[in-house]
Amino acid sequence: MRLETLGFERVFDYVPGKADWLAHGLPGEGQNAGRRTAGDIARRDVVTCHLNDDVDEVRRAIAGSPYGFGLVLGADDVLLGRVRATSRGSSVELSMEPGPSTIRPDTSVEHVAHTMVERDLKTTLVTTPEGRLVGVVRRADAEGISGGKE
Amino acid sequence: MPRRIELPELQELLRQGAQLVEVLPREEYEDQHLPGALSIPLKQLTREAASRLDPKQPVVVYCWDYL
Repeated sequence: MRLETLGFERVFDYVPGKADWLAHGLPGEGQNAGRRTAGDIARRDVVTCHLNDDVDEVRRAIAGSPYGFGLVLGADDVLLGRVRATSRGSSVELSMEPGPSTIRPDTSVEHVAHTMVERDLKTTLVTTPEGRLVGVVRRADAEGISGGKE
Repeated sequence: MPRRIELPELQELLRQGAQLVEVLPREEYEDQHLPGALSIPLKQLTREAASRLDPKQPVVVYCWDYL
């Protein structure tokens, strides 16, 4: 039976659904709501820059950071690409590797750790479905929390 | 026909006091659901089940995703 036929006049359908809500790192309730996710452990200490920033200054910042790379952001903090400390382009745009792989904030820590071990990754990037940067997950953090479980 | 909405409009409706209803099976609701959502699985959407809702307030229904 439809709600409208039962007298409800203002009925909306959140079509993207629960998957969309959780993928944005928004909280849930329920038996598995408390499990740790990528969004919980993502660090925000990565160097970020924009396309028109001075590339030499960006490289200097990367050299002083815990990671060997910085992340290039566009409007609304949307992730555009990655600049490595070893890159040699004359601008941020020319130094950038576009479209790095990312995971969503609601990915379980256990799954993240398993994937990072399988692919021998030291870090993985976390973004929302719209591509907005959430942070960087370090493999050591994911492994420490997951304890080898999946 | 319910009006389709995206996340920003959902959040605004929730700020206005909209009622949330998850129409997935109960087990999926128990696993994890949006905060404050009621569980009314689609196959159990009867007049009696809907009586838990206030017809004067907006209602937002959702399931898992687009599919």
